[in-house]
Amino acid sequence: MPTSTASSDLAEALAERVRDAERRGGALTIVGGGTKAFYGRPAVGEALDVSGHRGVIAYEPSELVITARAGTPIMEIEALLAQRDQMLAFEPPVFGPASTLGGVIAAGLSGPCRPFTGAVRDFVLGVTVLDGRGRALRFGGTVFKNVAGFDTFRLMAGALGCLGVLLDVSLRVTPRPRSERPLALEMNWSAASAVLDGLMRRPVPLSGAFHADGRLHLRLSGPEEGVARLAAELGGEAETAAIWEALRHMSLPRLRAARLWRVSVPRTADLPERGGDQVMDWAGAQRWLASDEPGAQPRADAAAVGGHATLFRGATGAEAVFTPLAPGLMALHRRLKAALDPAGVFNPGRMYEGL
Amino acid sequence: MLDQFDPDVDPTFVSVDRAALIARLKAVLPADGLLTTSEAMRVYECDGLAAYRGLPGLVAMPNTPEEVTGVLIACAELGVPVVARGAGTGLSGGALPFPGCVLLSLSRLYRILEIDPRGMTARVQPGVRNLAISEAVAPFGLFYAPDPSSQLACSIGGNVAENAGGVHCLKYGLTVHNIQSLEVLTIEGEALTIGGAALDAPGFDLMALMTGSEGLLGVITEVTVKLLPVPVHARVLLAAFADVRHGGEAVAAIIGAGIIPAGLEMMDHLALTAAESHVHAGYPVDAAAILLCELDGAPHDVAAEMERVAVERARFWAGRKGAFPAMGRLAADYYCIDGTIPRRRLPDVLEEIQRMSDAHGLPVANVFHAGDGNLHPLILYDANTPGEMERAEALGGAILELCIAVGGTITGEHGVGREKINQMCVQFSEAEVEAFGGIKAAFDPRGLLNPGKAIPTLARCAEFGAMHVHRGAVPFAHLDRL
Repeated sequence: MPTSTASSDLAEALAERVRDAERRGGALTIVGGGTKAFYGRPAVGEALDVSGHRGVIAYEPSELVITARAGTPIMEIEALLAQRDQMLAFEPPVFGPASTLGGVIAAGLSGPCRPFTGAVRDFVLGVTVLDGRGRALRFGGTVFKNVAGFDTFRLMAGALGCLGVLLDVSLRVTPRPRSERPLALEMNWSAASAVLDGLMRRPVPLSGAFHADGRLHLRLSGPEEGVARLAAELGGEAETAAIWEALRHMSLPRLRAARLWRVSVPRTADLPERGGDQVMDWAGAQRWLASDEPGAQPRADAAAVGGHATLFRGATGAEAVFTPLAPGLMALHRRLKAALDPAGVFNPGRMYEGL
Repeated sequence: MLDQFDPDVDPTFVSVDRAALIARLKAVLPADGLLTTSEAMRVYECDGLAAYRGLPGLVAMPNTPEEVTGVLIACAELGVPVVARGAGTGLSGGALPFPGCVLLSLSRLYRILEIDPRGMTARVQPGVRNLAISEAVAPFGLFYAPDPSSQLACSIGGNVAENAGGVHCLKYGLTVHNIQSLEVLTIEGEALTIGGAALDAPGFDLMALMTGSEGLLGVITEVTVKLLPVPVHARVLLAAFADVRHGGEAVAAIIGAGIIPAGLEMMDHLALTAAESHVHAGYPVDAAAILLCELDGAPHDVAAEMERVAVERARFWAGRKGAFPAMGRLAADYYCIDGTIPRRRLPDVLEEIQRMSDAHGLPVANVFHAGDGNLHPLILYDANTPGEMERAEALGGAILELCIAVGGTITGEHGVGREKINQMCVQFSEAEVEAFGGIKAAFDPRGLLNPGKAIPTLARCAEFGAMHVHRGAVPFAHLDRL
């Protein structure tokens, strides 16, 4: 079907850059739109600009799948899907019009609906990726049920480009909900948590739940009547979709802090109060903590309940951005990296030192 | 047949002193935890793909994760291959013993360790049966969503190893979408925690890699599954079609209208008549195909969606909810194939399968997870007729290659196992197979875990590839390709 996206295939040129870097023992920093340059440890190496490798390759609404080159702007993809009343159910945060599909997949960041519909990796059906020798490898495909070979395509989601250069990605898309109703209830987190305990245990049409500044914000999505009934049951104050857009794209004032932790914990975890501004998203499973405190107390608090914490923004010096791995897992990460990128060309150190 | 391992194109290992191995394993296993005689091991010679058989060297049956560790350390030190086995219900020969292997049965690790109704998770040992989880959490109004048709017998460890799907995965996802963490042992006996208590974990998404890895990367000793609230209401519609093409169009229309049914299943004429004579569900046996569409949710929403679906196809009428019927009464033997195709290719593919069925002289009944494009052609044959098994195997291979040719995959949910090892060489390039081998080696450098399965050797692909053209134009030249 026709697409609105400019189309350009730079796969061979990108592969040649990779082979050249491998030969020279050089490093490449993979760049899409550059909108998430702040995320992760500092980039090392020459920029490999993937943004010119763009265009929708196939979109079949009745198959619920879209395949596009990694440099395609994510906004163009979402606009195309919206024309057919479909969407990306993982609602990735988008930090600017330059943001690309490849960057969204590599960063692996999922939006407010994560606990209800799934993560980025849950919607990746297949990828073509350049390995560290510049070979284009196709993993997965365009169908939902596919267990041939290791799920290397899902592995690419959130790998921060450390395992290869994404060339194209096939995503499962979903129908837009027939109706959506955001509302807010005045209550503290403790009361909100109890409300969520009840709601999560029921098959209700919910696609978002966050708490900030003494208000529990709920987004009801689904068939009209179910949404209307739940809204009537909950009461509260109607809101607009704007606050959910602001949450998703992290433009809420509290999420713009210079030093921001992303704390990923069990939804029901009680963490010690440490001060600082918090936004409890994902019904409590993802907590944004704006805190000027140096050190990694949020990481220790998260670990104590089986979770982890990422210094999403504002790491200084040699501070670890991501929670350090147990030694056995770290060794396994190094071996996996070496299997796909033996010369260490891609994004060295972006996730962990020495990876 | 593929149950014979070939030293030229399958992995090989130096033979070990059996007595020494027995002594090592006896030291770490309970008194009744080691089988050594052919008679005792006979039950382990095959899994659900009963046409492929072979005896293991020994069978180890540990009671605890610590004993599993002991078995793995002993095997790693002596260089003995290990084939992990759950309930043995797999349909691709994934638990087929490798010659001389230690078959590691995990069925005695069957405890539900913890149910967290508030956090909506359950922590279970790998031998716990799939259905037993849903039964145990039902008092809390919860269930574990993936429901492979063997869910009464199959174990959660095997489900993770195969990334099992089921009738309802169109709406609720595969195993990978419904698990939160794994405790895994490497072949060296090193314990790894994959995933965690939160919705994600730092580092690479090893959960994605481990799920569906068919016992090649590690041995699962514990699984934390996510639980969902039980839908309050479910109804099934049945639609009959005068030809299969219209059925396929109805599927596209339902999904295109923005409805994701909990289940969407199609049966062709041969399958539905056999099913009707078996379960007497009231299927219209004069139809060319029937479609079962299950909708769940709140009663009013289900009613509204039912109306919308009914508008899509005027010939829908209320049917009955039923378990997907057992198909074993169709013939003396049947061979279940498991490809996935883009849904829109269904009519072409079914016509092509009919042509191939005629050419091979074996009937094929089609059962189809229509919503997600997962085909289950059932090849009917009689193993007592000389040559029929081999013909069924050849027809199965041809159907899988057809699935690849139309842009699909050789396995939607049963796994590659031993059965589809050659077709891996068709679906993937040499560089891709090599990459899989590299990932395998990152976990298991000596290739001791489940050798000869899931990922072919490059030597096998070189030999098999001589007969086929990879992604080329030789087979199915008359079909459009992706």
